[in-house]
Amino acid sequence: MDWMMYIKTFLIGGALCAIGQALIDYTKLTPARILVSYVVAGVILGGLGLYQPLVDFAGAGATVPLTGFGWLLSKGVKEAVAEKGLLGILSGGLTATSAGIAAAVFFGLVFALIFKPKDKN
Amino acid sequence: MSMTPQEYDAINQRYSPASKGWKTIPLAWLFGGLICCIGQAFSDCYSALGLEKDIASAGVSITLVFLAALLTGFGIYDNIAKYGGAGCLVPITGFSNAVSSPALEFKSEGLILGLGAKMFVIAGPVIVYGTAASIIYGLIIYLFHLY
Repeated sequence: MDWMMYIKTFLIGGALCAIGQALIDYTKLTPARILVSYVVAGVILGGLGLYQPLVDFAGAGATVPLTGFGWLLSKGVKEAVAEKGLLGILSGGLTATSAGIAAAVFFGLVFALIFKPKDKN
Repeated sequence: MSMTPQEYDAINQRYSPASKGWKTIPLAWLFGGLICCIGQAFSDCYSALGLEKDIASAGVSITLVFLAALLTGFGIYDNIAKYGGAGCLVPITGFSNAVSSPALEFKSEGLILGLGAKMFVIAGPVIVYGTAASIIYGLIIYLFHLY
């Protein structure tokens, strides 16, 4: 096993989360706004070609945070435009991210049906 | 109760979120870093099983989303998130939790407008603005032949 990779994953993935926490603590950004900002930032960084090096460097440390979700949207659009032209502008993003979104919706539904809501303490 | 502005500032300082940053930020780093390492471990497993890089990566997302939704069902994820803060929010597990947690909570308001609608209360904006940003990016690279 490549331990160096795990150190890099921990450092980059953790840092992206620490930035999010700093934004929660020191600005008025709510968690929902932070998630939206992270995804849009991921699209922009991905589009500028700045996020791919981070993915190559830190693996899941870059793909697991929601900026990685944005990066995947931009990557999907780029590949789809190259392959299908105009249609790819619309189809590429959601095609690339469909597995994650569908999984969240489906498992969210299944577990919401199975479990009972817990009291918030 | 009367107090000087200095005393008021001191109390304000103590209770404002700014004063807890020394604790919450390292915790977010720790929890977020660990979740990413779990993702990396699954990625290594799936690659070792001979899956292609893209498929292994999608598999990691699906696995983490599944685990987070399951832990949300048990009420465990929200308890972990109390300590992890953004460390449990920013990874894709946080996205999964943002879907399953309101779905579970609002089930009592009905399967359609409760569970079905409320599961998108946070995920919806994320998908809306993420997709819109990617389409704008697509238009730019299409018009300027940057692909």
